[in-house]
Amino acid sequence: MNTLKGHPVGLIENFDLYAPKLVDREEYFTPGHRACQGCGEALAIRLMCKALGKDTVIINATGCMQVISSLYPTTAWELPWIHVAFPNAAAVGSGVEAALKVLRRKGRIPNRDVKAVAIGGDGGTLDIGLQALSGAMERGHNMLYVCFDNEAYMNTGIQRSSATPFGASTTTAPPGVASMGNKTWKKNLPEIMAAHNISYVATACNSYPLDFMNKVKKAREIDGPAYIHCLSVCPTGWRCPSEACIKMGRLAVETGVFPLYEAEQGRYRMTVSMPENLRPIQDYIKHQGRFRHLTPEQVQSFQERTNLEYKKLLNKIEHSKSWAEMSANQG
Amino acid sequence: MGERKGMEIALAAAEAAALCRPDVVAAYPITPNTHVPEHLANIVSEGKLDAEYICVESEHSALSACMGASGAGARVFTATSSQGLLYMAEIMSIASSMRLPVVMALGNRALSGPLNIWNDHSDIMSQRDTGWISLFASHGQEVIDMIIQAFRIAEDADVLLPINVNLDGFQLTHVVEVMDFPSQSEVDAFLPAYKPFASLHPDHPCSMGTLGLPEIYSEATKAREVAIVNSRKTILKVWAEWEKAFGRRYEPVESYKMEGAQEAIMTMGSMGETAEIAIDALREKGIPVGLLKLKLWRPFPYEDVRKAAKGLKSLLVLDRAVSFGGPGGPVASEVRSSLYGETDRPAITNYIFGLGGRDVAVEDFIKMFEKMRSGDKKRSKDQYEFYGVRGE
Ligand SMILES: Cc1ncc(C[n+]2csc(CCOP(=O)(O)OP(=O)(O)O)c2C)c(N)n1
Ligand code: SF4
Ligand SMILES: [Mg+2]
Repeated sequence: MNTLKGHPVGLIENFDLYAPKLVDREEYFTPGHRACQGCGEALAIRLMCKALGKDTVIINATGCMQVISSLYPTTAWELPWIHVAFPNAAAVGSGVEAALKVLRRKGRIPNRDVKAVAIGGDGGTLDIGLQALSGAMERGHNMLYVCFDNEAYMNTGIQRSSATPFGASTTTAPPGVASMGNKTWKKNLPEIMAAHNISYVATACNSYPLDFMNKVKKAREIDGPAYIHCLSVCPTGWRCPSEACIKMGRLAVETGVFPLYEAEQGRYRMTVSMPENLRPIQDYIKHQGRFRHLTPEQVQSFQERTNLEYKKLLNKIEHSKSWAEMSANQG
Repeated sequence: MGERKGMEIALAAAEAAALCRPDVVAAYPITPNTHVPEHLANIVSEGKLDAEYICVESEHSALSACMGASGAGARVFTATSSQGLLYMAEIMSIASSMRLPVVMALGNRALSGPLNIWNDHSDIMSQRDTGWISLFASHGQEVIDMIIQAFRIAEDADVLLPINVNLDGFQLTHVVEVMDFPSQSEVDAFLPAYKPFASLHPDHPCSMGTLGLPEIYSEATKAREVAIVNSRKTILKVWAEWEKAFGRRYEPVESYKMEGAQEAIMTMGSMGETAEIAIDALREKGIPVGLLKLKLWRPFPYEDVRKAAKGLKSLLVLDRAVSFGGPGGPVASEVRSSLYGETDRPAITNYIFGLGGRDVAVEDFIKMFEKMRSGDKKRSKDQYEFYGVRGE
């Protein structure tokens, strides 16, 4: 192996060297699909599939990823894949999971573990698909749900969703003399999922491939429902250069706008270590056209709320215990 | 050997579905169909049926879960009514376009509003053009038989389409009838295991539900139309086999006392049973009148209707739904289309009645028949009327 004499070799610096060992070389989400240049969602899906491996069925909600990957008669999917509609990936996934279980029990399909993995955008997950998702998680299906959150309805042209960040400009929440753009704070879906008492909830980002893939692998092994919320940079909708995709994701994390953590059996843990002092959000938003119109006061409110949300998370990380720990301490 | 016993028809529908050994059941409660999923839940809980029963949080998810399960190669069953069917509406057309043989028991109930839990056919008529095969039962025995037939038809390699079996809410769902229940071995012999054309499994990956551009959408739509039109052959074949196995005959248009009839009444659903009594009474008076009961709503049996109407002077078509601002009742509209090209065709009168649970009595059929005969000359023969409605 080609190491530098006497120097410790960092994983990221020598990613090319290690990646083939760490990452499945098989492509399950193949090139030739129609995503925009620099699409963080398409990248994240490719990584997710590598982490999941062959024994997977993908259930896709309508949205960019479905549209760019399945233009008949072509398909980007080497995994079995089904799309039915926009609001129902979790419900279709419930059916796939139930079928895999019963057909295996009855000996009609090979006796091995095949995972149902439902995926959707922020619109298909936080908004129109929330009821189906809540139902599926509450019922306890052995299913992983991954939300690819690009913070708006991108497929239909950058409309606001409940995941759109404070202040962002979208085509249905445009800034104008009477409006600052999107006035609301991003809905905290990972927290809502955690409130479903599922064993595994995590946030992730397309700019942290190993962290994301580790989480996918962990979630895949859960015998029950699991949820991953993957911030996926959309250069088209965020109004940033396509080559800035990875950088934007990293800045979202380093500014504390989108920290990467997991809640395993109720225990919260930061998975990507955070700087002692968060970078100012200005570092993140100044690169994105969707925030260009914000006044210094609005940026200030954005900063304050980011600080507060980050503290709320730190508080959970500091004080949460795993369910096992808590039951052990009962006596 | 099967068993003859009395049971509420909704429960019998669940028993019939269970005899078909569905792998996955997903349904959501709604009056008047609630007893179907309740009873299936019982059957599964008692260990009498090895199935995954998904307590979905809505009808949208019920049909969606059925689609996912069917896509993965499972035999699936669902049940609903009225608002529940409308809640599924987004998915209805996708089910037929993806050629997933979902079987549904549809306990027909009026659409809101006003909110009304009782029977008419406005629910299924709102979903008429979604590419599902539709059968209409007129009594409990037909409900049992048609549910079992439905799996055979829907899953046939030449068909692969979803199917709904319509049973009138309350008039059928909540009535106790004595019915013949086929035995498990009889049903097993009649209904082979489902062999999907394609299924979601990593050993043979495929993509289901892709994006269709204008270059392919028309072809996909035509293929679906060809499939449902061709399903008629399979339906007739399955009904012939059913008659051989169980001795009960099924036809797209069933005749009752049509020998020598010059006039006839046409019904769909449970009102046909009441109409038979009215026909008996009219025949007793020496009037040569018969009854035509429509059992197959989609694919619509045009040729059977033409054959049945041959030689008739007048035909009274009864509808339990209205196509607002359109041609009147949906059944009459199809019957008129069937007969338009015939030189020798009966005059057609269309009455809309029995809406939202309004009672349909024997006398009503006699009155409607007499009303038709008295012939309101001011009206053209192509008109329709609401029968028995205040405020005219
Ligand atoms: C019931 C329904 N309403 C609206 C639409 C239109 N629609 C399709 S995709 C989409 C937005 C998708 O947004 P998101 O889920 O965030 O995915 P993205 O495209 O951003 O990846 C909308 C509004 C639809 N297909 N179905
Ligand atoms: S619009 Fe955004 S999410 Fe959609 S394909 Fe383009 S970059 Fe990806
Ligand atoms: Mg989105």
